[in-house]
Amino acid sequence: MTAVAAAPAAARRRARRPRITLGGAAVTVAGLFLAVTWLIPLLWALSTSFKPEAETTAVPINWLPLEPTFEAYRSVLARGDLLRWTLNSTVVSVLVTALTLAVCTLAAYGFSRTRFPGDRWVFGVLLAGIMVPPQVLIVPLFDQMTAIGLVDTYWGVALPQVAAPVMLFILKRFFDGIPRDYVEAARVDGAGHLRVLWSVMLPMSAPVLAAVGIYTFVQSWNNFLWPFVATTDPALMTVPVGLGTVQSSYGILYAQNMAAALLGALPLIIVFMLFQRQVVRGVTDAGLK
Amino acid sequence: MTTHAGVTPAAAVPPAAGAARDRSPNRRRTSWAGLWFVLPFAALYALFLLWPMVSGLLTGFTDRSLGRDATSFVGLDNWAELVADPAVWSSLWNTLVFTALSTPPLVAIGLGMALLTDRARRVGWFLRFSFFAPFLIPVAVVALVWEWMYQPGFGLVNSGLTALGLAEVGWLSDADMVLLSVVITTVWWTVGFNYLLYLAALQGIPAHVYEAAALDGAGPWRRLVSITLPLLGRTTALVVMLQLVASLKIFDQVYLMTDGTGGPDYAARPIIQYIFESGFPSMRIGYASAVSYMFFAVIVIVSIAQFRLFVRKEESR
Repeated sequence: MTAVAAAPAAARRRARRPRITLGGAAVTVAGLFLAVTWLIPLLWALSTSFKPEAETTAVPINWLPLEPTFEAYRSVLARGDLLRWTLNSTVVSVLVTALTLAVCTLAAYGFSRTRFPGDRWVFGVLLAGIMVPPQVLIVPLFDQMTAIGLVDTYWGVALPQVAAPVMLFILKRFFDGIPRDYVEAARVDGAGHLRVLWSVMLPMSAPVLAAVGIYTFVQSWNNFLWPFVATTDPALMTVPVGLGTVQSSYGILYAQNMAAALLGALPLIIVFMLFQRQVVRGVTDAGLK
Repeated sequence: MTTHAGVTPAAAVPPAAGAARDRSPNRRRTSWAGLWFVLPFAALYALFLLWPMVSGLLTGFTDRSLGRDATSFVGLDNWAELVADPAVWSSLWNTLVFTALSTPPLVAIGLGMALLTDRARRVGWFLRFSFFAPFLIPVAVVALVWEWMYQPGFGLVNSGLTALGLAEVGWLSDADMVLLSVVITTVWWTVGFNYLLYLAALQGIPAHVYEAAALDGAGPWRRLVSITLPLLGRTTALVVMLQLVASLKIFDQVYLMTDGTGGPDYAARPIIQYIFESGFPSMRIGYASAVSYMFFAVIVIVSIAQFRLFVRKEESR
C-alpha cells in the first residue's frame, strides 16, 4: 500500500525538479551573470550617490563609497525642484490614465456592442492612428496648442496623450470576447447601455483595465518629447523634463546627479514591484495585440 | 474585428440559436446611441491627432514662423529646400544607421534573455526584475547615468578598459563613436520590452510539445533549434516590426546624452532632432512641418514594406 503510493509521489518529485543537471546549472549561472551585468549601471549610480562629491571623480574608481554620506540626497531634496517635478508628473500621469481609461472604455463599448451608421469606417480611421508616431506631429501640435492657449498647462501636457488607438483596440478585443448572454440578460432586464457597461462589462474586465491603466501610467510618466516641448516653466516640468534640462545643467555634481536620477526613477520601480503582473500584462498586451 | 456576429443574416442562423436571438431582435439594430460612446475618444483624436496632421501638411506649404504673425503660401519652396538641405539627409542617415545598428541586438539579446529566464526558473523573478527594470526608468535618468559612465578617466566604462590594459574610448566625444554609444545605452534601456514579448510567447508553448520531443530523444539543443525557435517565428516578426518603428523615432536619449548638441559634428543628430531644431530654436514651423512629413513618409514606407514581407512569409507557410 505504502509502496504503491510512494512510487507516483517519487515520480512526481522527479518530474517537478528535473533540472539539477550540468546544462541546467550552466543556464542558471549564465542567466545570473547577465542579470548582474544588466544591473551594474544602476548599482554604480547607487554607489556614486552615497559618495562625497570629491570622491566621485577619483581615479582609480572605488566600487563602494569610502566615506558614505547622505549629503547628495540632502542637497537634492533641499532644492525642492525634484519634489515639484514628481508632483507634476503625478498630476499629469493620473490625469492621462484616468481620461484614457474613461474615453477608451466608452469607445470600445460603442464599437463592440452597438451599431451606428458608418461605425466600421470610423473605427478604421481611429485605428489607423496606430501608424502615426506622435513625435512627427510635435511641431504642428505645438502650433495648435499655442493657438488654444494650452502651452505651459497641465491640460496641454496631458490631453494629447489621451486618445490612444492601441488601448482602444485592446479593450475592444477584450469586450468582443465577453459572452453575449451576460449583456443580453442585463438588456432584457431593462438596463441601458451605460448600466450594462458599468455593472456587467467593467467588473468582468478588471484585469485588462488594470493592465491598460498601469501601462498608460508608465508611458505617460516617462514621456519626454511632448512634455519637453509643451512646458517652458520649470515649475510645471515633469520628472524626465526637469531631470533632463535643469538637473543636467548643474554639470559635474555627479553624486547629486545620481541621487536625483535614482529618486526620479524610484516611483515607477515601486509601481513595478507592487504591480509586476499587471505591468507585464500591459506591456505584452500593447505589444502583441 | 471579425466578430460582428450581428451582421449575420437571420436566415443563416440555425433554428436553435435563432430562438435565443429572437428575444432581443434589435440587439444590434443600427441606432445613433453608440455614437455617444465613441464621441469623447473621437473628439480628442480629431483635436490632437487629425488636426495637427492636416494642419501640418498645409503648413508645410507656407513660411509660417513662430517669430511673426504673417504667414504666406510659398508653394513647394520648403520641399525644394529640404531636398537640397544636407542637414536633412545627414540626420536622416543617422536615424537609419541607428535603426540598423540597434535592431539586431535589441531582438537577439531580448530573445536570449527570454530563453535564459524560461530555463532558469529558480532565479526567474530576479532575471525578470533586472532585465525589465531599466525599461521603466525615465530617459533623463538613463542619460544622466550613462553620461556619467561614459566619462573619460573616472567613468566606469573607461576605467574598465584601462584596468584591462586597453586604451580609453571617447564614447561621447569621438564623432565615430557617439552613435554607437547611444546604441549601447538604448539596448540596455529598452531591451526589456522585447524580452517580455518573447517571454510571453515562450510561456505560451505547451509543455507536452517538449515532452514529446524529449521522449523521441531530442536533447535540449535540438529542442531549442527544432521546436522553440520555429515556434517563435511570428513573435520575431512582430518584435522586429515594432522595434524598427521604435528605433526610427530615436530622439530623447541622443538629445539628452549629447546635451542637445547631437554629438561632435552632429554625428548622432537624428532627424526628429533636426525637426525639433527647425521648429523651435529656429522657429520655422513651415519648414519643420515639411521635414516632418518627409520623415512620416519614410516611416510609412518602411512599415508597408515590412508588412508586405511579413504577410508574404505567413502566406508561404
